[in-house]
Amino acid sequence: MIHLDHVTVTFPDGDSRITAVNDVSLRGEPGTVTGIIGPSGSGKSSLLAVASTLVSPDSGHVWIDDVDAAQLTAKEAAVLRRERLGIVFQQSNLLPALSSFDQLRVMNHLGGRASRRETNKVNAKAAELLAAVGLAGQEHKRPHQLSGGQRQRVNIARALMNDPRVLIVDEPTSALDQQRGAEIIDLILRLSQDMNTATLLVTHDLVHLPRMDAVVEMVDGRLSTARSTALVTV
Amino acid sequence: MFVAWRELNFARGRFALLASVVAMLMVLVGFLSGLAAGLASQNVSSVLGFKADQIVFAKPADGQKLSLSESAVTREQFDTWVSASGVDAVRPLSVQQSKMSSPDASTTVALMSSTRGKGTPVPSDDSSVSVSQTAADELGVAVGDRVTISGSDFKVAAITDDAWFSHTPAVWLSRDGWLKVDRSGEFANVFLVNGSADWEAVNTSASTQSASTLGSLSAIGSFTSEAGSLGMMVALLFAISALVLSAFFTVWTMQRSADIAVLKALGSSTRALLIDSLGQALVVLTAGIGVGLALVLGFGALAGQVLPFVISPFTTLLPALVMGVLGLAGVAFALKSITKANPLSALGGNR
Repeated sequence: MIHLDHVTVTFPDGDSRITAVNDVSLRGEPGTVTGIIGPSGSGKSSLLAVASTLVSPDSGHVWIDDVDAAQLTAKEAAVLRRERLGIVFQQSNLLPALSSFDQLRVMNHLGGRASRRETNKVNAKAAELLAAVGLAGQEHKRPHQLSGGQRQRVNIARALMNDPRVLIVDEPTSALDQQRGAEIIDLILRLSQDMNTATLLVTHDLVHLPRMDAVVEMVDGRLSTARSTALVTV
Repeated sequence: MFVAWRELNFARGRFALLASVVAMLMVLVGFLSGLAAGLASQNVSSVLGFKADQIVFAKPADGQKLSLSESAVTREQFDTWVSASGVDAVRPLSVQQSKMSSPDASTTVALMSSTRGKGTPVPSDDSSVSVSQTAADELGVAVGDRVTISGSDFKVAAITDDAWFSHTPAVWLSRDGWLKVDRSGEFANVFLVNGSADWEAVNTSASTQSASTLGSLSAIGSFTSEAGSLGMMVALLFAISALVLSAFFTVWTMQRSADIAVLKALGSSTRALLIDSLGQALVVLTAGIGVGLALVLGFGALAGQVLPFVISPFTTLLPALVMGVLGLAGVAFALKSITKANPLSALGGNR
């Protein structure tokens, strides 16, 4: 579960500060996908940044299950991210030196040296996830050997590698054509349900919204009630 | 090291190039160190062999430095040192370079005269000389053969281990034998003193100036200039190594700053990223230094046959260690961008 509770985020803007997220409350339940829409500059990215613990809010709470991420140090937030959060980036952000298989296995090494006892388990999990996103047989390909859609599938599989409680998805279809975009959204909806993650998904592509469990719209840093749906606390 | 090993494999051409540069620098450092040690040995090995606690010089004039060849100590000063409390032994030492000839050849040698003691293999009679191995080889003489020095005839009484002074092989004469080849009339150049006296007090009383054996090396002009210039070259090569590595890893880290931001966004600790990168640098350094060291050992063994070249831990392992430590220091400086990488930049369409 993720619960943003009266979150406000500001950024410096010359001598003053600009409010990117203004007293926003939002709740995502396990197994559901909440779509976040809004025009450019409305605060969607800032909302994702604070939800993914990359930015601390000026006020409010960011509950990931029973942990308030707003109270954590940067080091503690990093631990929380690798243990409970999955992030699907807008660009696939894959590491050029790593094969698809290793892009997933690296998740087990983020805190330092991984235990050998876990290696077999991690390898099996990586293979299973690559198969789940339709990349069985592509394990040894590096990013430059994959298509845009395939890279995005690896990106999704990587985000799910550590069994996250919360999945943050940042415009996953922005670099894909309509058909591949739809396939990626299908994949995220299916895996969110299968893996019981509370998913927040930012998108510009309104065609996918009817398939979301909930939708919120950001306007000028606030949640607009106009197009928001049930399951969302505004 | 999970990412580091895969990057090493992925960009192996670039890393191999860097390791080659490190290897070449190691070869240069190793060769210079071996050569410097060889030249130093040819300069001062006889002095180091004296095993004296102090070497006593005539007090130089104001503003002048100690000089073994220009120092001239007197009989009175010798007596003062001999009678000083805490002094166990005083050996006068005279040194001069001269030509020595056999029936077949001639060569320049360092004539040395003293009384018999550690490192002073003086012959027992005034018509004999002890010749170090290199001089004997150059002249083609053996024990019992005759040699000529400054018109005087001597018998080779012994062939000693190699000992050098100012790049010439040492030849030893007795104090009486010295008088046959020296026309200066000086008592000696320096004294070799053993004991545990109040050196300062005896120096004051004898109007002399003494120094430890190592401290006395600076009184050999050619040693100071050689050691200074070669040492500076080695130091500069160390600095260049550190700078090259630092520059490479600065560029490399900047190139992958976006990847570092992604890893941080995924939850990687800065510590793990730093260890990964330092480990990567250590692999490159170890490979480069290892190859360089192997080349130094191989070519050094060949060079040792025609050049004054010393292969020892001091000229191989120590420079390798220093290069490794300085290289890592340079890399550590370059890695500060890892700590500064902002994971937030991984979000959005920044890449």
